[in-house]
Amino acid sequence: MSADVHRSIEALWRIESGRLIAGLARVTGDVGAAEELAQDALVVALEQWPRTGVPPNPAGWLMTTAKNRAVDLARRRRTYQRKIVAVGRDLESRQHDGESGIDDALDDHIGDDLLRLIFTACHPSLSMESRVALTLRCLGGLSTTQIARAFLIPEQTAAQRIVRAKRTLLRNEVAFELPTRAEMDDRLAAVMEVVYLVFNEGYTATAGESWMRPELCEEALRLARILAALVPDRPEVHGFAALLEFQASRIPARTTPSGEPILLPDQDRRLWDRLLIRRGLDSLARAERLASAPTRAGAPPAALGPYCLQAAIAACHATAVRAEDTDWQRIAALYDVLRHVWSTPVVELNRAVAVARAYGPEKGLAIVDGLVADGALGGYAQLAAVRGDLLEQLERWNEAAAAFTQAAAETRNGREREVFLDRAARLT
Amino acid sequence: MRYLVLLRGNQPAEQPPAELMDAIMKLGEEATQAGAMLDNAGLAPSAMGARVELSGGSLDIVDGPFTESKEYISYALYQVKSKEEAVEWARRFMHLHQEHWPAWEGESLVLKVFGPEDFAPPA
Repeated sequence: MSADVHRSIEALWRIESGRLIAGLARVTGDVGAAEELAQDALVVALEQWPRTGVPPNPAGWLMTTAKNRAVDLARRRRTYQRKIVAVGRDLESRQHDGESGIDDALDDHIGDDLLRLIFTACHPSLSMESRVALTLRCLGGLSTTQIARAFLIPEQTAAQRIVRAKRTLLRNEVAFELPTRAEMDDRLAAVMEVVYLVFNEGYTATAGESWMRPELCEEALRLARILAALVPDRPEVHGFAALLEFQASRIPARTTPSGEPILLPDQDRRLWDRLLIRRGLDSLARAERLASAPTRAGAPPAALGPYCLQAAIAACHATAVRAEDTDWQRIAALYDVLRHVWSTPVVELNRAVAVARAYGPEKGLAIVDGLVADGALGGYAQLAAVRGDLLEQLERWNEAAAAFTQAAAETRNGREREVFLDRAARLT
Repeated sequence: MRYLVLLRGNQPAEQPPAELMDAIMKLGEEATQAGAMLDNAGLAPSAMGARVELSGGSLDIVDGPFTESKEYISYALYQVKSKEEAVEWARRFMHLHQEHWPAWEGESLVLKVFGPEDFAPPA
């Protein structure tokens, strides 16, 4: 029976820990202290609930326990004095309203608090690794062990990242508050960057490496959805969620049973998750509606940002029943817009592929040759591989073989090298 | 992993109290805000539906209503990490009924949706 209660507590923790830490952080002004107080409350729950049963209002119980804990600590540790006095005062005023007062106050603040927690955990003053660790800890409710396993790092390292993150926040006196309107776009971008990193960590792993990896995609998707629910007025946030929904929809089709990757054109689309595609399309539609909504007089219309555009490209694939049905002209047009808001050589390479599919290999090759001349993607195997593919379509056999040979030399992936060598061999 | 929660119960004569509907909407928002709610909707009474039966080797189409069994009232599809999480959401949902409409009786079926985790080789 105790194992059951344990699992129930874990489930509750996953649902409530973010809100709990967020609420405590509002009162203490310190995410680090809040996280520790929340952990303390969890320990007490793990001790007591197997005996007393799960209380009828577990969230309220955890919050009250955490705050009582804080008051206890203040009596013993002077360093927390200032923060804990604030907690004590807060607790007293709530107790006058009775227990429902605590719940109401929690409810009023909770969306706001969670948002502050997200922005703080993803603060630009933290290293990327620290942001990821702190976000997964405070918002994902993941234990240090789970975080370590997810990123294939020693537990010690994961713990250190969290400790360092908390210290940096304190040292830089990062306030527990929402970004200003002027900062909002950049700060949102910082959050999405963290979530995307978590997603890609799980997405690019092949089966057999770590059983935690698919759960990273789930966790990232969940964070993206939470962000969209908390910041519903921003098109990019919905575009971001849409992009992850589309990418996640392909996960069931991306690997062979033995763990080999299957590229997009070769995937069995019947395996794509239709629910996630629908959710992606809904989110994208929402983003587009927001972006085209009438703005305040004098303000320029909101352009679709990079995430919205990438989501729109993903939508083209998602809605093509077969690879042959793909609307490459639309994809090429979207990449054309994307490169103006997000100018990177990789985007340009993807555009070249789309242009080739839409308008013929000659046109695609022109873009690729431009990239080669630029030199920015020197050594990037995909550039040579795309070039080889287009040259092959143009029946320039020798040049194509040379390009594939080059790609084989440049890639660090053994399987990819074999594929490229094979393509070169077939042309000579 | 995903769980489907099906609400089933007797269809009473009176409408559910407004406070219950408000509370249900709020819980739905919470689940969405927690990134756990994938899809949910109310289900019309069986009078508006039909049943396609296979029995004794033959197919039979029967129009609703189906008075011999409980009515399906709503569904919710959750994305969760464990069965306990899905059960907790269902418990909160039923608790709202208990709080705002104690005279009503019914059940929430918590059904696991088969997913890749059920077919993957053990870790």
